[in-house]
Amino acid sequence: MNFENIQSQEAAIASNQNQQYLTFILEGEEYGVDILKVHEIKGWSPTTPIPNTPNYMKGVINLRGTIVPVIDLRQRFGLEALVYGPTTVVIVLNVTSERGEQVMGMVVDAVSDTHTISRELLKPAPDMGGVISTDFITGLATVEEKMVILLDIDHLLSAEEMTALSVASERRA
Amino acid sequence: MSIDLSQFREVFFEESFEGLAVMESHLLILDASDTEALHAIFRAAHSIKGGAGMFNFKNIVEFTHIVETLLDELRSGKRAINVELESLLLKSVDAIKDLLHLAQEDDTTVPDDIQDIQRQLKCMLEGNSQEESSPIESDLAAENEQTNSEGEAKTGNEKPVAEAAVTNGWEILFTPHDHMLLTGNEPLHMLSALTELGDLEVKCDCSKVPLWQELSPEQCYLSWSMQLYGDIAKEDVEEVFAWVEDDCELNITSLGSATAADSADSSSESSITEISSPEPSATVQPDSSQSTPITSPEAGMQSSDNPAKITADEVAPTASQADEDRRQGDRRKQSDRRGTLERRTGGETNSIRVSTQKIDTLINRVGELVITQSMLGQVSDNIETLNQKTINRLKEGLVQLERNTREIQEDVMQIRMLPISFVFNRFPRLVHDLQTQLGKRIELVISGEGTELDKTLMEKISDPLVHLVRNSIDHGIEMPEDRKSCNKPEAGRVDLEAYHQGGNIIIEIRDDGKGLDIDKILRKAREKGLVGEGEIPEQKQIFDLIMQPGFSTAEQVSDLSGRGVGMDVVGRNINELGGSVEISSESGKGSCFRISLPLTLAILDGQQVELGEQICIIPLVSIVESLQVPVSQINAIAGKDRLYSFRGDYIPLVSLRQVMGQPTDSEKENLVVVVEANGQPYGLIVDGLLGQQQFVIKSLEENYRKVEGVAGATILGSGRVGLILDVGGLLRLNRQQNIDSNSLQNSSLYNSSQTGHQVLQFKAG
Repeated sequence: MNFENIQSQEAAIASNQNQQYLTFILEGEEYGVDILKVHEIKGWSPTTPIPNTPNYMKGVINLRGTIVPVIDLRQRFGLEALVYGPTTVVIVLNVTSERGEQVMGMVVDAVSDTHTISRELLKPAPDMGGVISTDFITGLATVEEKMVILLDIDHLLSAEEMTALSVASERRA
Repeated sequence: MSIDLSQFREVFFEESFEGLAVMESHLLILDASDTEALHAIFRAAHSIKGGAGMFNFKNIVEFTHIVETLLDELRSGKRAINVELESLLLKSVDAIKDLLHLAQEDDTTVPDDIQDIQRQLKCMLEGNSQEESSPIESDLAAENEQTNSEGEAKTGNEKPVAEAAVTNGWEILFTPHDHMLLTGNEPLHMLSALTELGDLEVKCDCSKVPLWQELSPEQCYLSWSMQLYGDIAKEDVEEVFAWVEDDCELNITSLGSATAADSADSSSESSITEISSPEPSATVQPDSSQSTPITSPEAGMQSSDNPAKITADEVAPTASQADEDRRQGDRRKQSDRRGTLERRTGGETNSIRVSTQKIDTLINRVGELVITQSMLGQVSDNIETLNQKTINRLKEGLVQLERNTREIQEDVMQIRMLPISFVFNRFPRLVHDLQTQLGKRIELVISGEGTELDKTLMEKISDPLVHLVRNSIDHGIEMPEDRKSCNKPEAGRVDLEAYHQGGNIIIEIRDDGKGLDIDKILRKAREKGLVGEGEIPEQKQIFDLIMQPGFSTAEQVSDLSGRGVGMDVVGRNINELGGSVEISSESGKGSCFRISLPLTLAILDGQQVELGEQICIIPLVSIVESLQVPVSQINAIAGKDRLYSFRGDYIPLVSLRQVMGQPTDSEKENLVVVVEANGQPYGLIVDGLLGQQQFVIKSLEENYRKVEGVAGATILGSGRVGLILDVGGLLRLNRQQNIDSNSLQNSSLYNSSQTGHQVLQFKAG
């Protein structure tokens, strides 16, 4: 960790602009989500598939009495599906969508760390027309000289909802 | 000293709506002799006024106050109830409801039509007193007129002051009782509140203050005489003293009435017949304060010894046709607004009132559960020394636990159960309004209103019920003349009945009207191509046709039937609740709609079926039969659709694997569950049949969304999630899959994911 970085982190802590992020690994890359959105982290358990939904929709699980849908973020981003192993985790998130608070699970390769990142230090993601729309990215941050992609989880997961719905309506039409 | 009132806001609204319901139901059956009902109505209005005052909803206070005054006159026999007054009061109930809805959104504007009602109410109040020259109108004016003839001489023929009239100012004599400070009231606050209203001159009378050594700091020895100048309504002044009404002597008199006359004039834009008789004195000079002090408006009115007897015709308005038309317009406007209001508030309440008895039983049950838990805990302590005795105790404990769970489940369900009168209560009003609107005479007979029903069901069933009752009255019951010529009593009869039957609740809506016109329905169905030309369906099937979308035999869309809630919506809503509608009708005798609903939405009896590695649940209510079908009895059409001859009828077979998007190759194709969806039977091919059980229904929509073919989810004994199938939805899904039976049919999963990606890429780019 170089001096500049330490300084910037201290500055981040000093201002109340900073936010804590939980980061996780997906295909070797580090992604972050707002830690206040995280409901809990749990291991993978078999889901009950929902018929006629996109393949990244893994189905639903029973989270102490509530039915929670689980999506595979790899498949959501068009990455190759992996066989779920012991490090495979489900991050359960509270998502605010237009239908109110919803709880959703997200399968990722592994959970990495938590970081405090100042909002001022976020860099916007360049639009590359890739699989992940820049709409879903709050910004890019540099932590210990590595890039962390911060995801706008509300947008991403409620957009998932929308695509799923549009798939359904397309099929109906 | 400020108390956070916001926490009571919801309670206030809830209680007010309850109060309004009470007012409405009593008003509908009101007759002059029933003082108890009148008292109940008055009390309800009074509490709404009080509550509204506390939350500073001035418009509600103002409106309710007038209603209350009218009611008080009725209550004390100074005014007789008549049709016009009754309908005006009913309208006021609606108006208060609207105002409350608006207040819920912090909107304190008063819509025009409500202002109109308010004016009508005022006219009613004033009109009477003018007509009779009797002391029923303004407590103050009336009282003083009688007790102080001097006042009359002085003021001569001045115009009356209405209750809410405004004057130049007020003379206030405020003499607190000795103990007032003990009640926690501080006169200073009232004085400062008065200064906010207008210019105040205060004279303090300290003559009663005793010697220093006799003085008690907890007693109030002072009294005040004040002059409050300005254009102030009397209620505003009274409101300041609202809390101490009983703890003081208060005399509020007008300082002069130059403005009062104007305001009385402007507020009497009305349909009441003009009276030209000389007006009695209404204003009182300050020196008349030796008359009996008035502690409260009610007291003032009750003490007047000459109650007016007013007959219906005397106050009956001479409403012209134009007037009537305008009112019609208003009503429509009003109902439109009410529609939007109800939509805004969702029409559902999210709190529930439960009798303490139910809660107490529940607490007892939980107590038992705790005992069972500690018993099991003891067993687990010496579980290492596993012997027969421990095993027996363990089993015993588990049996007890099972019983506790079941009982608690039942009790909790009980809490959600409410008597169906919550829904039924709104019908007398509906029928009352419809009668006048349609010119029909209807007798509504309600029975079984104590039948209990799950709260969520109740909320969802009320709209379909309203529609069915409207339908019965609009289309079923004939006009009085027609009825007479058919030798029927002029008044049509609509029966609304609820009762339990097995695990279901049955709601019946019966009318003795003309019945469904079979020929007309058939003709219409043929036009729409729902029934083939030469085909003659059974009577029951014909009746079911009216539940089809877009099917209406009404020759013209009336105000009632054109509401966008067709019979098909009624049918669909009830099906969604897991219920069914049965229609029977006899031409000329009437029709009967019989709704059958499950008791609760929270628990369902289901049959577990295997689907690959998954377990799905089919609601037991929709299962007709489960059977093994020899392959030879399955017939195909065009090599694809499969039909099975079930008791002489060919029913379609639907592969559960196929509709659920699972590979169909390993299907054994001989275990068929015959289910019925919307009256149409079909067979579901499943992999295996497991046990029957009760399932707690969990919402899939809460965190995800509605999925076609799936009614909900539940948690199985294994802790995993099981999907509850919606047999109607599965059939629709199957039909859809057959229609676009391209590549989709083979692997719907693969395909849908492709589509998903396309959409995603589109979004990204």
